[in-house]
Amino acid sequence: MMDAKEKERIQNNFKEKMDYEEILNCTRCGFCLPSCPTYIETGKDEVHSPRGRIALMKGLVDGDIEPSEEVKRSIDLCLGCRACETACPSGVNFGHLLEQARDAIYQTNEKSLPEKVVRNVAFHHLFPHQNRMIGLTGLLGMYQRSGLQRVARSIGVMNLFPETMRTMEKVLPEVPKKKEMKQRPRHYAPLKKQTKKVAFFSGCLMDTVFKTTNDATTKLLQYAGCEIVVPELQGCCGALHGHSGEREQAKEMAKRNIAAFEDAGVDYIITNAGGCGAFLVDYGYLLKDDPVWQERAAAFAAKIKDVTSILVALDFHNMPLQLDEQIVTYQDSCHLKNGQKTFMEPRQLLESIEGVTYVEMHDASRCCGSAGIYNIVESEMAMQILDHKMEQAKKTNAKTIVTANPGCLLQMKLGIEREGLADEMEAVHIVDLLLRAYEGGREKMRFEEMDSGGHAGA
Amino acid sequence: MLQENIIRRLESMVGEENVENSNASLLAYSYDSTPQFQAMPDAVVSPRNTEEVAAVVRLCNEEKIPIVPRGSGTNLCGGTAPLEGGIVLLFKQMSKILEIDEENLTMTVQPGVYTQDVHKAAEEVGLFYPPDPGSMHISQIGGNISENSGGLRGLKYGVTRDYVLGLEIVLPSGEIIRTGGKLAKDVAGYDLTRLYVGAEGTLGVVTEATLKLIPMPEMKKTMLALYHDIEAAAETVSAMITNRIIPATLEFLDQATVKVVEDFAKIGLPTDAKAVLLIEQDGAPEIVERDVEKIETLCRENGAFEVTVAATEVEAEALTTARRAALSALSRLRPTTILEDATVPRSEIAPMVKAIREIAEKYELNICTFGHAGDGNLHPTCLTDIRDKEEIALVEQAFDEIFKKAVELGGTITGEHGVGAMKLPYLHLKAGEAGIEAMRSIKQALDPNNIMNPEKIFTKSVVIDK
Repeated sequence: MMDAKEKERIQNNFKEKMDYEEILNCTRCGFCLPSCPTYIETGKDEVHSPRGRIALMKGLVDGDIEPSEEVKRSIDLCLGCRACETACPSGVNFGHLLEQARDAIYQTNEKSLPEKVVRNVAFHHLFPHQNRMIGLTGLLGMYQRSGLQRVARSIGVMNLFPETMRTMEKVLPEVPKKKEMKQRPRHYAPLKKQTKKVAFFSGCLMDTVFKTTNDATTKLLQYAGCEIVVPELQGCCGALHGHSGEREQAKEMAKRNIAAFEDAGVDYIITNAGGCGAFLVDYGYLLKDDPVWQERAAAFAAKIKDVTSILVALDFHNMPLQLDEQIVTYQDSCHLKNGQKTFMEPRQLLESIEGVTYVEMHDASRCCGSAGIYNIVESEMAMQILDHKMEQAKKTNAKTIVTANPGCLLQMKLGIEREGLADEMEAVHIVDLLLRAYEGGREKMRFEEMDSGGHAGA
Repeated sequence: MLQENIIRRLESMVGEENVENSNASLLAYSYDSTPQFQAMPDAVVSPRNTEEVAAVVRLCNEEKIPIVPRGSGTNLCGGTAPLEGGIVLLFKQMSKILEIDEENLTMTVQPGVYTQDVHKAAEEVGLFYPPDPGSMHISQIGGNISENSGGLRGLKYGVTRDYVLGLEIVLPSGEIIRTGGKLAKDVAGYDLTRLYVGAEGTLGVVTEATLKLIPMPEMKKTMLALYHDIEAAAETVSAMITNRIIPATLEFLDQATVKVVEDFAKIGLPTDAKAVLLIEQDGAPEIVERDVEKIETLCRENGAFEVTVAATEVEAEALTTARRAALSALSRLRPTTILEDATVPRSEIAPMVKAIREIAEKYELNICTFGHAGDGNLHPTCLTDIRDKEEIALVEQAFDEIFKKAVELGGTITGEHGVGAMKLPYLHLKAGEAGIEAMRSIKQALDPNNIMNPEKIFTKSVVIDK
């Protein structure tokens, strides 16, 4: 429980850290309500709606209410999916308000000791250091490859973990070897006539646990005619920090990335993780009060582009793409859609694959419940949301659920596992599927050429 | 503050999980969509059925605790702000469509059903529920009934009142009555259905409603007419009516409104026009085609420099959806948007638009105007900042003049948003002192303890500070 001293600290933080102008932009029209997953899942509880959350923030700043566990609960339970921003006619930037509110709560919050340790290790000692990410992923690789995973599962050690973690352990991709992660190439030449020079934002988790997806991304960009540089000094984007009330740490990470990409001399900085992209696009806002970095941050942010968006711009969808006959559906990454406004391009790419029947999922743009570390810290709500998501996914009869963000990918895999559908459904990152389709397309072309060559000889 | 034993009694009536009184819940139900009105309730209660509503009302009547029934809190008159504290009553557990009767063309619903779901359910069987308030995708039908909501289709199809055939009501005493029914004709006594539609929750709690449905129009066409000056657009509205054309929708938007709406919706609205009319006609194909042609001619004759017809249904839908967002979108320009809905006979639209512009100039205020021009229901919206006390005082003076002008032109202070707390000081302009007294007698007779949404429409005391 909060004591009087902590309440006072939080309240002062709210007065100090909240952007009051932004709060006033909310006219309380309620147009956001039907877009909010937690409003729906809590049976229309205004406390867990965007309008309610903004009212609570305002109430704390104005001194109409004092901080309480229920107020904190409201802020905690928000997924940060930002669907409300897309629905908001007044253009309220809810994502910013949420970050400020969490900052106000968590920079003072007397957290329980284990939570403190976990936050400290993850936010300060792990994500900011890519070599440590590689080390930890290496351990995971050892666990997977050494047979330890098999042993652990068979003796039931995993049963000691909560259900979400247990299933998560099963669905994690097979990670690359430590050596591969350390020797990541820094330059790729285009594989057709050069169209653009781009830089690749390789990310922290994406370049370790999801290394194959990163490799597929650079491959696709090469096929689309891009020369690619992967600046060495880049690191984690800081989104997890920013969304969890660790704004100062996030700013430091932003500065490092801005500096790392400044001399690359590229047209675009490409990302393949919706969550990272939306945070990178927002660096200008993150550093808006920093006279030294403000402009550099804005210049950096202006170059961010999701891989699907540049592929469409480079006409990749008109190349021969081929997959086995299948129904495919797409789960929007909230931050790719609501943060970067990219939602047509992934669909356009999928629809252009021969053999694919694209079926739009009902409420495809509603959050899947992954939301960064939400599915671990707010497991119950995350699973409730996921179960509803899977109901919709099943209705499409899709064999393949495509996503555009690692968190969503894991969550959809988790959903498939929970539903016991592992044999008939798979979740993939869009670039992995596109690479398969591209290779399928080339193979088909080779066959056709051979075919027509054969006829000519006859 | 409610005594602990009252909370316990409420919990025993509706279940512990359906009574909230944490500070977060109380704050979250302290407001609605109206700026400047906010007050904390003492508890938030969500009954599961009519009997539970009746039990709660009985308790409140005994203990003289105010009750404010609330849907999604999207009203624009401060109607659901619990100004006297007490209980906010929610209908999230009473949100079922109970029946669609295709023989009598009726739908029976609980109050918590979203208006849009009423539309969808009707459309699934080829029927039509016309009232479409701006917030229909989130507003609840119970709220629509209590506020007698209008919408974009009011000109041709009327408002909520015209589609409510019968009600189940919990009286302030806790007794349950049923009014009307699946009947086209019913003159058995006073028309209590009509009394309760638009009573703003001051006379009891609506717990069920039977709605009238009509056959779905066969087709619909949507068009935009662009003007270089506002008054020409207003003249077109009058011209249409005198030429005996009644479009389903006839919306007016000035340039500032079009700009912010485009900023939000990004559907390619013409931001260079000084005024835009959004027109819809529905019905049998031959009639729609003929009317659209006539409308186009009339628009051009009255000075429209461009008239376009939406090519697809998706495009048409995008236009009307964008229009619904107008009010909220206007808040992009200034922190506070104060909106009124003065309404005049449709013949007086042009003079009213002109008067609003002159009043805005006089007080040096930024007033944007959009609204349901076809039915004379305008929405002059003042862009201001609630923290600027001097300007807010001017806004109040300006609106005072707008109301007086509207009444002078044979109009009213509010066409569809209701009186609530916001227009309470102006009701006498329209109703007169004797009129208010008549209303007060009804209230006194039905709710002698003044528990139902107190301090709305008129104050309990007789003296009104003018």
